[in-house]
Amino acid sequence: MAKSQVSMKVNGKTIEALVEPRTLLIHFLRDQQNITGPHIGCETSHCGACTVDLDGKSVKSCTVFAVQANGADIRTIEGVANADGTLHALQEGFREMHGLQCGFCTPGMITRAYRLLQENKNPSEEEIRFGISGNLCRCTGYQNIVKAIQFAAAKLNGVQFQEAAE
Amino acid sequence: MIPGAFAYHRPTSVKDAVGLLAKLGDEGRALAGGHSLIPMMKLRLATPANLVDLAGIAELKGARADGNDIVIGAMMTQHELIGSDLLTSKIPILRETSLQIADPQVRYLGTLGGNVANGDPGNDMPAVMMCLGATYHVMGAKGERRIAAREFYQGAYFTALETGDVLTAIRIPVPPAGHGYAYEKLKRKIGDYATAAAAVILTMTGGKVGTCSIGLTNVAETPLWAQDAAKILVGSALDAATVKKAVAAAEAITAPAADARGPAQYRTKMAGVMLARALARAKARARG
Repeated sequence: MAKSQVSMKVNGKTIEALVEPRTLLIHFLRDQQNITGPHIGCETSHCGACTVDLDGKSVKSCTVFAVQANGADIRTIEGVANADGTLHALQEGFREMHGLQCGFCTPGMITRAYRLLQENKNPSEEEIRFGISGNLCRCTGYQNIVKAIQFAAAKLNGVQFQEAAE
Repeated sequence: MIPGAFAYHRPTSVKDAVGLLAKLGDEGRALAGGHSLIPMMKLRLATPANLVDLAGIAELKGARADGNDIVIGAMMTQHELIGSDLLTSKIPILRETSLQIADPQVRYLGTLGGNVANGDPGNDMPAVMMCLGATYHVMGAKGERRIAAREFYQGAYFTALETGDVLTAIRIPVPPAGHGYAYEKLKRKIGDYATAAAAVILTMTGGKVGTCSIGLTNVAETPLWAQDAAKILVGSALDAATVKKAVAAAEAITAPAADARGPAQYRTKMAGVMLARALARAKARARG
């Protein structure tokens, strides 16, 4: 099958490449571009480990063809840290609140939470849980992931994070 | 999980898309949000030789009022629908339903047109469209035709769409101001299809039901419009005895499959439970 020319911005850098139309975005990023932050978990649109930010939308890159992303602006976990190289508030939150154990779901979790906090600067616990319901974690039980996102929201809003009493 | 090879097309007008699909015949499939089709392609249950991506067609986007109707472009995503002030103020059951579909990532890309056109009995919007009395605008090689949602669904994955057709828009008559509504869905977890679900739109006048319409999801090969159940309720105050009769009438038209969501009888009963809950919530929301 003839290959298609695609051009997209990934983490601020323009990428031009030839892809087979059937190439999924996750395979394009990982195998052709060596951007291995987005993970392949279930590969059936359920787990969210492959989540990337595409034109301001959180998408599961295992369920998008690379040709559909032609012209898109994409951000992966590799592009989340601050410009000066310091950790983004979300990354800091996941570290401080122990928001990961094995870490496999973390790139997808953080990329999803990044968009959630763009859309809702001060989400309630319920809104956080609903907002990350497309991302599965098999280790943490989610409690510390929720705290990590609350930590990040507080930091981005310039307020002190208060952990809820248990 | 790599899909079979295909050629990718990205037309920029409905005319071009319809022309392409007419030429490709059974070798072509329209691609909307892709969250039903791409998983099927990964499993090789669908192996189209050509994909005609509708994402580049501006005329399929957005929603507008047209007289007493609202016309929604087929490529409006669930995420856009949830954020639409026009839709939420005029037809709030749409937002309530969208929020119960899949998960955030799927809703960013999944479209209303794809949801109603695919013919999957597990999709939530078809029963809501039957409940609302929606009409689908369909463009084919011979021009545009309009098909009532209540006449659109023929079997699992079989609809009134013919090869080469593109469902371009969904036309919904705006329910009366002050109407009550609810979409009640039982599911095992977020992202799951319904074990059973019920959509209700009703109006109340002086404490009595003026009009009532009911749709049921995933309890037959097609979504169901429970006309007899709704008729039983009209004129009543939604008292327990009448609701029980209506629930029985709704359960009687279901024919669910037994699957991992439960045996057929259970799913029929859950359709009844969802209907009773939807009626109670719609009543509480109705003014008049």
